[in-house]
Amino acid sequence: MFEPFFYMLKARGLPVSLNEWMTLNEALDRGLGGSSFTGFYYLCRSILVKTESNFDKFDAAFVDYFKDVPFPGEIPPEFLKWLSRPQVNTKEIDKKRSAWLNDLNLEQMEKMLEERLREQKREHNKGKVWVGTRGVSPFGHNGAAPVGIRVSGEARHGGALAVAGERRFRDWSNDNTLDTRQFVMAFRLLRQYSSRIDAPKTELDIDQTVRETSDNAGNLKIVYGRPRKNTIKLLLLIDSGGSMEYYSRLCSMLFQAATKSNHFKDLKVYYFHNCVYSKLYTDPTLDPKKFIKTERVLKNISPEYKVILVGDAFMALDELDFRSYYSYQSADPTPGIEWIRRIKRRYPHTVWLNPSFHSLINRKSESRRVIESEITMFPLTQQGLIAGLKKLLRD
Amino acid sequence: MEFTQFKGSEDYVVSKELTDAVNIAMALEKPLLIKGEPGTGKTMLAQAISNALGMDLIIWNIKSTTKAQDGLYVYDVVQRLYDSQFGGNTVDDIEKYISLGKLGEAFASEDQKVLLIDEIDKADLEFPNDLLWELDKMEFYIPETGKTIKAKHRPVVIITSNAEKELPGAFLRRCIFHYIEFPNEELMREIVHVHYPDIEENVLAHVLEAFYWIRSLPDIQKKPSTSEVIDWIAAIRAAGISDDKIRETIPFAGVLLKKNEDIDLMRSKLAK
Repeated sequence: MFEPFFYMLKARGLPVSLNEWMTLNEALDRGLGGSSFTGFYYLCRSILVKTESNFDKFDAAFVDYFKDVPFPGEIPPEFLKWLSRPQVNTKEIDKKRSAWLNDLNLEQMEKMLEERLREQKREHNKGKVWVGTRGVSPFGHNGAAPVGIRVSGEARHGGALAVAGERRFRDWSNDNTLDTRQFVMAFRLLRQYSSRIDAPKTELDIDQTVRETSDNAGNLKIVYGRPRKNTIKLLLLIDSGGSMEYYSRLCSMLFQAATKSNHFKDLKVYYFHNCVYSKLYTDPTLDPKKFIKTERVLKNISPEYKVILVGDAFMALDELDFRSYYSYQSADPTPGIEWIRRIKRRYPHTVWLNPSFHSLINRKSESRRVIESEITMFPLTQQGLIAGLKKLLRD
Repeated sequence: MEFTQFKGSEDYVVSKELTDAVNIAMALEKPLLIKGEPGTGKTMLAQAISNALGMDLIIWNIKSTTKAQDGLYVYDVVQRLYDSQFGGNTVDDIEKYISLGKLGEAFASEDQKVLLIDEIDKADLEFPNDLLWELDKMEFYIPETGKTIKAKHRPVVIITSNAEKELPGAFLRRCIFHYIEFPNEELMREIVHVHYPDIEENVLAHVLEAFYWIRSLPDIQKKPSTSEVIDWIAAIRAAGISDDKIRETIPFAGVLLKKNEDIDLMRSKLAK
C-alpha cells in the first residue's frame, strides 16, 4: 500500500523486516487499526518497532512520511512557501522561553497556531512568534523551540501526528546503546570446557553410575559429577584516548560484550595510552592515580590467560622504539616495543584487534608494521573478532 | 469490532494504547512483548488480562538458570531408574515420568490460557531463540513418548523484559511490542483511586505534587514508581499527617526513595 514508508524506515536505520511488514498488512486488512489515524499510528509502531530507543526515529519518519498524504489542508500555500526557504543559522533559545513552551499543552498550542494563521501576513523566519523556520517560535520547522507544532503537516492531521510529532521518546533515542549482541555471540567461541573446577555436583555421571551399579550387584547407585565449565581466562588491554577517541564507542561496545559474556572464568581489563609502557590503568580515563605497574600485571597474571590488545597501533615510531615521552616520564625507561615483546613472551595466546585496520593511513603506518611483526593483528569488527578468537583458541 | 476484547479490569487501569496493543497481539496471535520502567505494572498486566477475559493465568518465571526445555517438559530419568529397581510401580509407561513445563501446560490445557513469560531477559542469551518454533507453531515433540503436544487453544502470550540483555532479532520480529510509559498525573489519579477509593482530593493533590516533583529531580538514581506511591499514601494516611505538610516535609521519604544518596539529595533540594 505505502511501501515507500517501509523503505524509508529501513533507510533511516530501523531494523524492519519484510516479515513484520506482512504482519502489518495483515493487521490492516483485518481492520485492527480501527478507523482512526491514531489507531493506525499505534498499530504500525507496535508491529514495526521493537525497542523504545527506536520510537523517536519511527516518530520522525512517520511524521515526515504521512505529512505528504493528500488531505484537505487548512494551511495556506504561501505559508508552505515561506517555510521551504532554507536559512543558515538556527537561533538559540533561552531557558525561560523554553520552560514556558514546555508548560503549554497541545490544545493551547493549537489555539495559538490558529491565531497566527489568521494574523500572519508574510514570511517570518528565525523569529520568536510567527510561523517560520529556524526560530524559537514553537511553530514552523527546524526551530530551536523544545516543543511545538511542526508546520507543515501537524495541524492538518491532528491526532496521530500530534502524538508522533511530540517526539516524546527523543530521550530514549540514544545512539550509544549499541547492539553488543553480535560481539557477545562472538565471545562465546572462546570456550574450553573442563569439569575440574569447584562447583556442586549436579550432573548425572552416566558412566560412573553404570560402573558403581555393577559393583553394587546391580542395585542402582547413582553418581553425580560436576558440570563442565568454561576455563578460559581473558586479559583485555585497551588503548584509550588520543587517536583512539574516535573509536571509543566501538571499544566500549567490546568491553561491554566481554563483561556481559559472564562465561569466562576470569576477565581482567586494563587500559593504556598509545602503547603499553611501564604503567597500566584500571580506568579508561587513564586517571594517573589508578594505575598498576605493568610488571606486576605480568607477574601476577599467569600465562594461561588469553590476551587481547585493542588499539590502532598508530603512533610516531619514536614512541615505540625509543625512550618516548610516555616512558620518559616514568622511572622505567623500557620502550613500548619491548613491553609488547614481553607480553608476547609471557602470554603465548595473544592477538591484537585494530579498529582502524582498513584505513589507508593506518595500513601504511610504520608503527603498525612493527607491532604486527610481533603480534598477529585483526580488524575490530565482528568478523575480525571471530577470526582473532579462533586464533586464540588454536595456538 | 470483533477483536476488541480487553478493556482493562476493575483493579488495573490501562492506557488506551496498551489496550490496543493487547488486542492487536491477540488478534494476530502473536506474543506481546512488554517493556517499561520498573513499577509500571508489566507483570500485573497478565493478571488483569486473565481476570478480564476469564482465562486462567500461567506464570513462567524466568531465572538466569532457566532453559527453554524447562518450559516444555521434564523427563525424570532418575525416578524411573529407581522405580525399576525397587519394584512396585511398573515403569513401562514413560509418560508417567514426563511432567509438562509451564509452556507445555498452557498448550495441553482444554481451555485457553494466558501465559506470562516473566522477565525473559534474565535467561541465557540463546533462550528466546530456543522458543521460536514452539511459540510460532504452538506445538512441540516429546521424543521419549513419540507424542506431539499441540495447543488446542492458542494461549495469549505476554512476555515482559527489563532490558537487561538485548533480545535476538529473530525473536523480536515475531512479537508485538509495547513500551509502558510512566503514567501521567491524570492516569495516576485513576490508579490511586482504584487502590484508595475514599481518598480525600486535597491529600491526593499534595501527594501527587510531591511525587512528580521528586521524579522530576534530575539526579535521582532510582525514581519512585507507582507501587511506591501507593505504599506512601498508605503510610501517610495511617499516620494521619495533615495534607499541607506533605509537600513541605515529605514524610516517610524512605518509602519513596530507596537509596541514601537520593534521600539526601531530595532533602537538600527541599531545603532550598
